[in-house]
Amino acid sequence: MAYNLKKKLSKPERLVGGHRMCAGCGAPVAVRGVTRALKEDDKAVIGCATGCLEVSTFMYPYTAWKDSFIHNAFENAGATMSGVEAAYKAMKRKGKINEEYKFITFGGDGGTADIGFQSLSGAMERNHDMVYVCYDNGAYMNTGIQRSSATPQFADTTTTPSGTESAGKPQPRKDLAAIIANHNIPYVAQTTFIKNFRDLHQKAEKAIYKDGAAFMNVLAPCPRGWRYPAEDLMEMCNLAVETCFWPLFEVEEGKWTLNYKPKKKLPIEEFLKPQGRFKHLFNEENKHLIKIIQEDIDKRWENLLYMCGE
Amino acid sequence: MSIRERLSGNEAIATAMKQINPDVVAAFPITPSTEIPQYFSKYIADGLVDTEFVPVESEHSAMSACVGSESAGARTMTATSSCGLALMHEILYIAASNRLPITLAVVNRALSGPININADHSDSMGSRDAGWIQIYSESNQEAYDNFIQAVRIAEHKDVRLPIMVCQDGFITSHAVENIELIEDDKVKEFVGEYNPKNYLLNNKQPMSIGPYDTPAYYMEHKRLQAEGMKNAKDVLLKVAKEFENMTGRKYDLFETYKLEDADTAIVVINSTAGTAKDAIDRLRKEGKKAGLLKIRLFRPFPAEEIAEALKHLKAIAVMDRCDSFSNQGGPLGADIKSALYGTENAPKLINYVYGIGGRDVRVENIIEVYDSLYEIIETGKTGETYRYLSVREREVE
Repeated sequence: MAYNLKKKLSKPERLVGGHRMCAGCGAPVAVRGVTRALKEDDKAVIGCATGCLEVSTFMYPYTAWKDSFIHNAFENAGATMSGVEAAYKAMKRKGKINEEYKFITFGGDGGTADIGFQSLSGAMERNHDMVYVCYDNGAYMNTGIQRSSATPQFADTTTTPSGTESAGKPQPRKDLAAIIANHNIPYVAQTTFIKNFRDLHQKAEKAIYKDGAAFMNVLAPCPRGWRYPAEDLMEMCNLAVETCFWPLFEVEEGKWTLNYKPKKKLPIEEFLKPQGRFKHLFNEENKHLIKIIQEDIDKRWENLLYMCGE
Repeated sequence: MSIRERLSGNEAIATAMKQINPDVVAAFPITPSTEIPQYFSKYIADGLVDTEFVPVESEHSAMSACVGSESAGARTMTATSSCGLALMHEILYIAASNRLPITLAVVNRALSGPININADHSDSMGSRDAGWIQIYSESNQEAYDNFIQAVRIAEHKDVRLPIMVCQDGFITSHAVENIELIEDDKVKEFVGEYNPKNYLLNNKQPMSIGPYDTPAYYMEHKRLQAEGMKNAKDVLLKVAKEFENMTGRKYDLFETYKLEDADTAIVVINSTAGTAKDAIDRLRKEGKKAGLLKIRLFRPFPAEEIAEALKHLKAIAVMDRCDSFSNQGGPLGADIKSALYGTENAPKLINYVYGIGGRDVRVENIIEVYDSLYEIIETGKTGETYRYLSVREREVE
């Protein structure tokens, strides 16, 4: 069946309005994009690491979640959902449940790549039948824009502020999707919000309906942390993809596939320029740093092309 | 007919788990509790249980997976010791506040550092304010019996709190002793099916668990949690009565040994109670009226009942197998003192830190404790109340 965004959008939402996420935030867009891939009749348990998404969507006594939902702590979303999935298996085997359930957990890059990394790695390695979705906004946004291992190099954050002796975060970002792909799990994908959301939708569908563990790395821009106008969400994602800062790829049963190749790769300045967190890089004395970023992007892109047999 | 066996404390716990056949066990190995998930994995491999075992990558994940599993509606168990329990610490509070009746077998061991693998209560004492019910066991028989009763207490609708059943590392966990097991069908019947009221996998009513709780509600939620803990005491007694009807083995909030007519007593937790009973028998032969109070239920703390049982004594030594570094003694010492506050002519009280890091406790050591109690009675002087038993006070030259 051909993909039709309008049709998909007519499905009942599983994360409903009224939650308290900021205007223009990428996280709920990621959640709705992923959960739209669930079959309407399928039940789901949604998990969430502590973070913006959790504290803003489930503030007692209100919840924005139509499915069963569990938040445990910051660093254990992977392990928590492995427990839920184990319970499902056991209860199904004992005839206590008959329905089909799917298990999807969301975490920001802090809860996923940093503090929750061990818990995620364990859950993936044990191959629980679940999807872990990292909504990557490139910093600890919930506590006020502190650097994470997913923060791009030279970004100004509140713990890597730019100044006379600092040009922002010194280190380049951790490649989480590749690290999880090296767990040799059935499915890993990297995606973001592009055009009619087909890429995100199809990857979510595969992740949810493939047996075993799946991981999705979804770039989910944060207008407050990145400092760009809230209405430019789609434009930011587009620039991330067209500059190859955020390539779209998937690793299915060990096979790497590039899902999109820009006709003309845009220079990284195009992605950096609209964002306040990179403003200092455009001062005369820092311009050489943009070259360093470009070289890193190019190296990663070449490597990805090689992995994907391009 | 009950079954006569010879089992270590760890195998006794694993056997109880096998008979209960929980839905999920998530565990990580740590000495001296490792054998529990090890035996249990073999039961799974041999098809003796149909539990889902989650071999997690840490104790933090073990407790996290237990929270997920119990929230989903599954009867869930785990086991740990020492640093494993410390690593679970954050999630222990979450399990309790979510009112999840997880059953945890704690095999007591010293906390690092320095690293030490032997019997010591600093691990579970460190969790005493986490909102878990705590029951302690003198022997493998008690560990087994307590574990079976624990499930009923934790899951009771008026309680709905997680529970830890503790025993001493190596001393009971690894020592093989005679034990009387209950038949499988009787255990299953006693424990019953787990039917939670609210759970994630309820197809009729989805549920959100683990909210952000604002000051407008948080305090009421904590108050309700405290109510569950308060109720645990009566529920424990009712479950003990049923257990006695089934097995003939009697359990209470605590156990006393020759306490009624005693003038001195020690208050102690776990295996040292056995050593103390021997010491008391010797002292009684000499005509000394020595007695014992052994803690079973430590959280909630049955303070009034304990005060009532101790109030007639002249002098008491509270024995702590860990130090709280308050410069006042150990945690049990503090609780007993506070229980006796307001008791008229309260007994004189000293607090010993003993046996930490597995330091051997012999009958003679316990007799020394009673000797110091009699000295207090004779001289009328309590002296230092914070004492260490069997310790070298000077560096060996």
